[in-house]
Amino acid sequence: MAVVEHPPVALSPVEVDERAARCSLRDQIAKLERELAAAFVGAFPRHGIDFGFGTSRAPGGPRMLSLGELERVRDDLAERLVVVRRQLHERAEAEEARRELLERMLLEPGRYKWVRVTARELGRGDCGAYHVRPRLGIVGMLMGWWHVKISSGCPLST
Amino acid sequence: MSEPEAGWVDAEVADEFPELRLFELAVDARPGRTPRSVQERLRYLSSRFRGPQAVAQRQQPVPWAYRVFYRHVGLDPDADRTPAEAAMLDRLMHGGFKSDNLLDDALLVALVETGVPIWALDAAKVDGTLGVRVAAEGEHLGRAEDAPPVPAGRLVVADARSPLAVLFGELAPGHGVTRDTASMRLFSVQVAGVPAIHVEEALFQCSEILVEPR
Repeated sequence: MAVVEHPPVALSPVEVDERAARCSLRDQIAKLERELAAAFVGAFPRHGIDFGFGTSRAPGGPRMLSLGELERVRDDLAERLVVVRRQLHERAEAEEARRELLERMLLEPGRYKWVRVTARELGRGDCGAYHVRPRLGIVGMLMGWWHVKISSGCPLST
Repeated sequence: MSEPEAGWVDAEVADEFPELRLFELAVDARPGRTPRSVQERLRYLSSRFRGPQAVAQRQQPVPWAYRVFYRHVGLDPDADRTPAEAAMLDRLMHGGFKSDNLLDDALLVALVETGVPIWALDAAKVDGTLGVRVAAEGEHLGRAEDAPPVPAGRLVVADARSPLAVLFGELAPGHGVTRDTASMRLFSVQVAGVPAIHVEEALFQCSEILVEPR
């Protein structure tokens, strides 16, 4: 049997085009920043959703970032976007539940005595609330005359 | 009135940020008190920009472009606010755009109207054309005796002799506009996503206010 001997092939080191990789990472960062901005605007006027990284001042000032540093920025943004979207989703589900409750309250106030749904729970800002209360006070309580009272405006600051 | 001129961007920086530009404009104007017309303009702007506009600003192309550039150069725009966001936050905190002095008000009007930040230097303390480069080892911010050192690698705005400002950051002490300033050099930085016409408009608006007869 004939044996063909191949000369050893010298493997050249893999050259990574770091500049192209950095360029790609910058594009990804821009895209993530756009999505985060859209989530930020979409979340208004809800409170309590953290859009920042919770960091103090950026260390090092403006500089040309290395591949690794750009990757960290990209990963942090992606992680933040996931967290924000999850918070918004949870908030949207809770708001939907409160909206359904409000609809039922409006249809049958007598079944939801004293129940209160705030504008904040509905994702409509800070001020205002829907409250099932008796008409004419004690008379309404005795007669079973219940209705939904809308209080508008913000409470005065104390 | 002179035309805005393009400054230089060092090859190393231009290679990474091909759309980065610096524009400058020489203005023969002295600092001073803000005339009533500019104060009224600031009041008008205060009524135009409220909470919803501040929130929506983040999705507008020009402020968004500066936010992205901040990320690209290692700044966190949620910690170190972009100039447009900082101005808007200040407006919300104080209930209006505060009038301070002619130069600061002119810079503020241009920033709010266009989203493009502008800085001003004392023209007598600038040597040659301004540009963007990376600070070298052992450099200082400006040429004053007490000039603070600039860490190597920091992106700076420099003239022919030394860095005069950190990019989007502090100006060199002793090179800013003072009451002795006879003429100014306004400069602005264009980043990817910001049309050049916005930058030119910002510089024109600012210079118009500065040279307006008082």
